[in-house]
Amino acid sequence: MRQWPKEGVPLLFEQGAPGRGSRFVEDAGRPEDFLDPALLRRRLPLPDLAEPEVARHFTRLSQRNFSVDGNFYPLGSCTMKYNPKLNEAAAAYEGFTELHPFAPDAGAQGALHLLWDMQRWLSELFGMAEFSLMPAAGAHGEITAMLMAKKYFAQIGQPERHVCLVPDTAHGTNPASAAMVGYRVVAIPSTRRGRTDVGALRARLDGATAVCMMTNPNTLGLFEDDIVDITRAVHDAGGLMYYDGANANAIVGLTRPGDMGFDLLHLNLHKTFSVPHGGGGPGSGPVGASERLARYLPQPLVTRRGDGGFALEWDRPDSIGPVRAFWSHFLAIVRAYAYIIVHGVEGLQANSRLAVLNANYVRARLKGVLSVPYEDLCRHEFVCSAEDLKRATGVRALDLAKGLLDAGIHAPTMYWPHVVPECLMIEPTETETKETLDEFVRVLSSLVARAREDPSALAALPLHTPVRRVDEAQAGRLANKGIGLRWEPPAADASPNGT
Amino acid sequence: MSGYAPHTERDIQAMLEVIGAPSLEALSSVPDGLELRAHLDLPPPMPESQAFAHLRRLAEANQAARMTSFLGAGAYRHYRPPAVSWFATRSEFLTAYTPYQAEASQGTLQAIYEWQTYISLLTGMDVSNASLYDGATALVEGVIMALHATGKRRVAVSLGVHPMYRAVLATYAAGMGLEVRELPMDERGLTVCEEQALDGVSCLAIQSPNFFGCIEDVPTAARAVHAAGGLCIAVTAEALALAVLQTPREAGADIALGEAQSFGLPVGYGGPYVGFIATTREHVRRLPGRLVGETRDVDGRRAFVLTLQGREQHIRRELATSNICTNQALCALMATVYLATVGSHGLQAIAATNLERARRLRDALCALEGFSQTFAAPFFNEVCIRTPVAAERLAARFYEKGILAGLPLSRFYPGRDNDLLVCATELTSPEDIARFARAVAAEVPHAAVA
Repeated sequence: MRQWPKEGVPLLFEQGAPGRGSRFVEDAGRPEDFLDPALLRRRLPLPDLAEPEVARHFTRLSQRNFSVDGNFYPLGSCTMKYNPKLNEAAAAYEGFTELHPFAPDAGAQGALHLLWDMQRWLSELFGMAEFSLMPAAGAHGEITAMLMAKKYFAQIGQPERHVCLVPDTAHGTNPASAAMVGYRVVAIPSTRRGRTDVGALRARLDGATAVCMMTNPNTLGLFEDDIVDITRAVHDAGGLMYYDGANANAIVGLTRPGDMGFDLLHLNLHKTFSVPHGGGGPGSGPVGASERLARYLPQPLVTRRGDGGFALEWDRPDSIGPVRAFWSHFLAIVRAYAYIIVHGVEGLQANSRLAVLNANYVRARLKGVLSVPYEDLCRHEFVCSAEDLKRATGVRALDLAKGLLDAGIHAPTMYWPHVVPECLMIEPTETETKETLDEFVRVLSSLVARAREDPSALAALPLHTPVRRVDEAQAGRLANKGIGLRWEPPAADASPNGT
Repeated sequence: MSGYAPHTERDIQAMLEVIGAPSLEALSSVPDGLELRAHLDLPPPMPESQAFAHLRRLAEANQAARMTSFLGAGAYRHYRPPAVSWFATRSEFLTAYTPYQAEASQGTLQAIYEWQTYISLLTGMDVSNASLYDGATALVEGVIMALHATGKRRVAVSLGVHPMYRAVLATYAAGMGLEVRELPMDERGLTVCEEQALDGVSCLAIQSPNFFGCIEDVPTAARAVHAAGGLCIAVTAEALALAVLQTPREAGADIALGEAQSFGLPVGYGGPYVGFIATTREHVRRLPGRLVGETRDVDGRRAFVLTLQGREQHIRRELATSNICTNQALCALMATVYLATVGSHGLQAIAATNLERARRLRDALCALEGFSQTFAAPFFNEVCIRTPVAAERLAARFYEKGILAGLPLSRFYPGRDNDLLVCATELTSPEDIARFARAVAAEVPHAAVA
């Protein structure tokens, strides 16, 4: 097993020496040659490093990470599928990277054509009238849609609608996004079958209902089979249906949110359409809208002119306006576009089916190892519970998750959704081999067996990661006071490398 | 069977048997009536070799990407050392998720901690978050912080703040019920901060250099808004300016935020870029999004971890400080590698070159009959030029000649028909500038007649 040095990798600010590494431009003078010194900062206390130092620093840092390219990463609700390298090559073409957002439309026809295709293809795949590619991530798509809903209700003369219904299994971003536009969030309980309780939902519908936000399949990995009744009931009450596309990887090419009755939706191109997650972004969260909501989409959209050319369309008077500075996370869209053209509808559909296959296979094999709280077959992910194990041995879901890390497997999503105690949410994705899934089952089974023999051993795991369990409480205590959130120069020395 | 999935027919049969399902189709079926019936209008699958060529053709159809450019206006072409994408896009960074599992994510966590340090050092503030989507959404988040800090729903924004940032703020303000007051600009190109306009505001957002390129008097604005009981938000759309200008903290800002695309990210037709936000210790609990803190592991080793998650949506749901989840980790990493690569001396030298080239550009254009500098205020790497013919028409003519001449201000400031915003960076060569000036001299009499 690899031994990780106790001291870790020094911070950039603890390395280098003044004057190292400057070679980028000819000497053009000093800032004070051009500007009044009163306008200038006194010092720029950043470290100077030579490129070889930078190389070693970031290479070593990278080796302290798990990643999809290096590890099985069955993180539920995150769709950690393989990111094809074609996507990366395409996004690095200079014709895309060097294109200025204020370039005239005539000089950006390739980019505009690509965006126009994406708007249409996503509309087709998800059954919506129109798509905006502007939102930067899933949560950004959610707030975009909430702003659209609010404007819609204002325009139809029902501004008093202010309640947003959210199942108790929903992502935390759903209630947070609804709250940003002033909506009051009402949680809807789940049934014993792991579905939204339609009766409870109906009981909350009234003239104050604005939006109902649903994820389907939900975060338990189960298809909401009453979805048509739900959308009908919400519509009858005058509300709108919002589809959180976090779990769209289970349904592409198989069924469409538009056909289920949803009015608004967001996708996570960094989940379903293989844009890499990048350690937490950039994502891309396009928003689709049905016929009656489309006119509120953020602008500009891309339109095709009569002469066949493409243009940014600013003339949408009912649009809520832009939601970010420029038109989209364009280079993320390029990656998703590459993914779509290689697959076609048939390939996307096959991927959805295989994602469901992989999840059900792991689920079937883990039955009897951990408790699987819902009887039905799952979609692209499922939850299991370590509650029985904890009662018998004291070993928690957290301990199993940490034990997996020692085997080079990323932990599943833990302790969420909250409706399942000691929850592990597992999403293998379609790009994993049967052998990898078998190995995962073997490792998790042996951890559970070990827990029954020697429960205390698991509390010590992981042993072989770059650091072992960390003291989160300590970090929180300091951070509360604004401490420990950055490198601080030693008191006597106000800058890196002692200048 | 399909693109990147590894399954053989044999795998599938073996797996279906374990599951006890008759077929893939049965396993993934949806309730009656919801099966996809429509024919979807998408192209048939393309072999990867063809897709590669198809994407290249689309890229090459963007003629503007190859042109000599004097466009800035919130998206800046700077030299990107190859080391930046080489190291930042290593698989271990590129294909990792948000670092929830600290033991398996120390690389990403330490890099974010280093980004937080860089942003703090550049802005002079105490603490920075892990990143935001872009400069415009950073402004929205900063305004929300000020709202929570003061309890007031009125916001003052300088008209010199990037028009797209203001438009985004207006989008959110309409949904959130905020009142936005825009502060006018004077003839020098600087914000007018009258006491009356600041009455009862939670904050004043002022950008420096502003959209006209002018370096604002932030200290005076900060004093004015503090006197009115609000916070000062210093906005930066061109992060390179932070290398030389008085820091937002020195100028009296409570919140410093903006766009860091200039640090190693391509203009990329508008994204992804990377927003930043930094503040004083006093407001740390109001920061939106991720924060990485330093701690120890059980063996006493230095370790990094996501912290103050009690502010965030996945814990606090509708009571969170922001709804942000996925942000711009990889872009922040690119900026961090960039800053590490160029260093303090390199960044200052690059900034000085920007100062020099922008003045060379100004001088070359203003030497021509009928051209002048619109605003007298000092500038960094962008400047407004008063043109003797409509700037929009001039820009259109130059596009035909393969030059992106700059941004006509009339695009965002109605009535400013004869103002062209031009930008020069270290990538703008003296030859580019001379060629542009010659072309303008040749063009203008012609354009004036047209």
